[in-house]
Amino acid sequence: MATITVEVNGQKRVAEIDPRTLLVDFLREHLQLTGTHVGCDTSQCGACTVHVDGKSVKSCTMLAVEADGAAVTTIEGLAKGGELHPMQAAFHACHGLQCGFCTPGMVMSAVDLVHQNPNPTEAEVRHGLEGNLCRCTGYQNIVQAVLQGAETMRGGAR
Amino acid sequence: MSSHGMGVAVARKEDRRFLTGKGRYTDDIVLPGQTYAVFVRSPYAHARLRAIDTTAAAASPGVLAVLTGKDVADDGLGGIPTGWQIHNKDGSPMAEPPHPALAQGKVRHVGDPVVMVVADSKVHAREAAALVEIDYEPLPAVAHLPVAAAPGAPQVWDEAPGNVCFDWHVGDKAATDAAFAQAARVVSIDLANNRIAPNAIEPRAANGHFDATGDQFTLYTTSQNPHLTRLLLGAFSLKVPEHRLRVVAPDVGGGFGSKIFHYAEELLVLWASRRVGHPVKWTSDRSEAFLSDAHGRDHVSHAELALDAEDKFLALRVNTLANLGAYLSTFAPAVPTYLHAILLSGPYVIPAIYVEVKGMFTHTVAVDAVRGAGRPEATYLLERLVDKAAREGGTDPIGIRRKNFIQPHQFPYQTPVALCYDTGDYEPTLDMALAAIDYPNLAARKAEAKSRGKLRGFGISTYIEACGIAPSAVVGSLGARAGLYEAATVRVHPTGSVTVFTGTHSHGQGHETTFAQLINDRLGVAIDNVDIVHGDTDRIPFGMGTYGSRSAAVGGSAIVKALDKIIDKGKKIAAHLLEADVSDIEFSDGKFRVVGTDREKGFGDIAFAAYVPHNYPIETVEPGLEEGAFYDPKNFTFPAGTHCVEVEIDPETGVVQVVDVAIADDVGVIINPMIVDGQAHGGLAQGIGQALLEECLYDENGQLLAGNYMNYCMPRAEDFPRFKVGNHVTACTHNPLGIKGVGEVGAIGVPPAVINAVLDALAPLGVTHIDMPATPEKVWRAIQAAQGGAA
Repeated sequence: MATITVEVNGQKRVAEIDPRTLLVDFLREHLQLTGTHVGCDTSQCGACTVHVDGKSVKSCTMLAVEADGAAVTTIEGLAKGGELHPMQAAFHACHGLQCGFCTPGMVMSAVDLVHQNPNPTEAEVRHGLEGNLCRCTGYQNIVQAVLQGAETMRGGAR
Repeated sequence: MSSHGMGVAVARKEDRRFLTGKGRYTDDIVLPGQTYAVFVRSPYAHARLRAIDTTAAAASPGVLAVLTGKDVADDGLGGIPTGWQIHNKDGSPMAEPPHPALAQGKVRHVGDPVVMVVADSKVHAREAAALVEIDYEPLPAVAHLPVAAAPGAPQVWDEAPGNVCFDWHVGDKAATDAAFAQAARVVSIDLANNRIAPNAIEPRAANGHFDATGDQFTLYTTSQNPHLTRLLLGAFSLKVPEHRLRVVAPDVGGGFGSKIFHYAEELLVLWASRRVGHPVKWTSDRSEAFLSDAHGRDHVSHAELALDAEDKFLALRVNTLANLGAYLSTFAPAVPTYLHAILLSGPYVIPAIYVEVKGMFTHTVAVDAVRGAGRPEATYLLERLVDKAAREGGTDPIGIRRKNFIQPHQFPYQTPVALCYDTGDYEPTLDMALAAIDYPNLAARKAEAKSRGKLRGFGISTYIEACGIAPSAVVGSLGARAGLYEAATVRVHPTGSVTVFTGTHSHGQGHETTFAQLINDRLGVAIDNVDIVHGDTDRIPFGMGTYGSRSAAVGGSAIVKALDKIIDKGKKIAAHLLEADVSDIEFSDGKFRVVGTDREKGFGDIAFAAYVPHNYPIETVEPGLEEGAFYDPKNFTFPAGTHCVEVEIDPETGVVQVVDVAIADDVGVIINPMIVDGQAHGGLAQGIGQALLEECLYDENGQLLAGNYMNYCMPRAEDFPRFKVGNHVTACTHNPLGIKGVGEVGAIGVPPAVINAVLDALAPLGVTHIDMPATPEKVWRAIQAAQGGAA
């Protein structure tokens, strides 16, 4: 067993875990943060995307022990004080989700995409989402949501 | 019109929980004392099970049970049933071999489950599964059509000689032969419809709990239709009466058909829970999903179209081989027959049609309904054939379609293959789509592309589909073993808020919003005061679930029937309170009013009176305000439309890029245009994925070569342009909402438009045929072959 200390959504968590535990299983099974999803076993689908020290990471591809000492943000930590993050709000306004399963990873990737490129073109958004699969939306309204979310984020709403 | 009523793009009520990570999917549920199941699956497509040694696995840490096909048989579990029985040409029933939940004696596809391991953690279950030793005797296997139909092919089942499950036909052979004899020309085509995997991003999962104190089973499962799953578990596989069986399908992360069916794992977790005394959860991983979820399509067809000298269609002859896999899944026999063959008239007048379909067993995963289910195969065949007829005749692919469309005055239109289309109007969608893609300037775009070294092509598809599934008596006569009505209960609470219990299931479709809009439209109740409950057999009276684009057309109509009863009862209460005759009470804008006066009672007042019946017509009207209804549709509904696609191909690499997509659909009356457009977008992405990217490829030994996301090409955002989506509405004539359905139009309409565009682009190079998916390699080889190269 290994002991890790991770700041998750602003809260310090200390845990004894099997060192083989993936970060996604740590979040889902040890912390009951089930908003982070698992859609594949080859790190293709991106449903498990979280932020580790501010950068998007596929949490199925990282061991929890590698996150020791890091700050992790999951979809549960994105809205502040009951108010949706501008990217979450944009996904709602643009109908950027249907079944909701890819949505947490998609939103976390989109936030990181906009952090890296605050004013992306549609083509840059489509390219930037290559690590996230959605089977419901045909991506059209997701792309629209990311553009709208980027605009709000540029406006200093947060 | 209310701001949240019919026809308004209301943002979805269900979004917030999904956007904040509060969705509750099956794998999120952890029950007290939870244990975990892992399956050991066959690595061979066909093998005899010589011995299974579970000793080491059973002794592994944390293991509660290691179960085999023998345990399944000893406990008397039933097999996994199929829901349709097709009859052969000679009237005899199809071959219907057994489908044990765990393999007995033989395995018949890679992924066939052999051993179930239950342990106190997922890790322990996996570790133990690795210790199971199975001695297989590999046997010859067959995975492909038409090889499975060839003499001497390896046999999947002794009871299905030649691997034939059924040999079925529809239409008038003599009339078709006679029409062909009169033809000015005949166009023929041979094509394959590629096998695809449904790939809902949420993998299947099932959590079974047996409560010994109450002798009750509860199953949480990723299902599109929990009541159907309960019915099949109760009557066939688990053999427990329904009142002791609860099936819950909580939030479900996409279905696309694959979560309609009753799967062995659902039975096995319930059975194992009874044996080990703990709840048992199984969650598929993606590679396992490719080996255990039902696949879709996989047809090989030969088709011939007879035309007269004016290019009017005279007759159509089709011969299809359909791969059913090793075992018959829930809807499998219906897909290539009643969802495929009877759609082959398309939107056209074709006076005579004859279709033969052979359903074939192979050593592959079961094939069943995937978004569109049979109708994409029919549309692909017909629209490729019509395009070929235009090209061979040197005529315009648009003109030949226009010329043969069923005209508005011909509705209701009885096709020669069983269906009667109630309504439609095909030219407006054709004109809309052509305008949206700027068809008149196609030549200029082609020239501009050529200047960049690219080949630009235009493709079109004018499709029809049958959905709103389905009139029970009709499908019963065709072999369905269930009715296909829908049920709803509308519960009005004392303060006037409303809970709707629907037998349909939302796994992305947005029912919690659209059905609330329907309530708002009919009762005037704000959508925030309406809750839609679905997915729990203990809370909802009954239902057949969501597939075949049926939820709004059939489930919505059941809600309307219940609402009509609510309003009728409300009128009686209002008449009493307003001291008027019930025939003088009208209901509109949420108010019961004495006709021609300003004497009125709000809907909330009536609800309150119903539950606090102090001043009440108690002699003739019961207290309370709750009504249920079942709605059985009178006919299928027939969405139709036109899909146009433009592609650009790099002739050096064979890479096809979709550069423009414009569609116009007639999906009937629309409740929420935002959601309807979203359904169209998603269907288009799957249809284009099938046309260019996706294929569940097996090798000749039955090994799945595309078994995870490393080698099965899923569409990504960058693969698509911005879709242009339009609608032209003709209302369905036989349901109270005029709705036809939208869930499948994209997946049905667009694949032939993509391939027709590819062939249009490649026509200058002499390429005349390509099969889906039109991968760069396939396109490059076709170019080389046409140019006399070495491909």
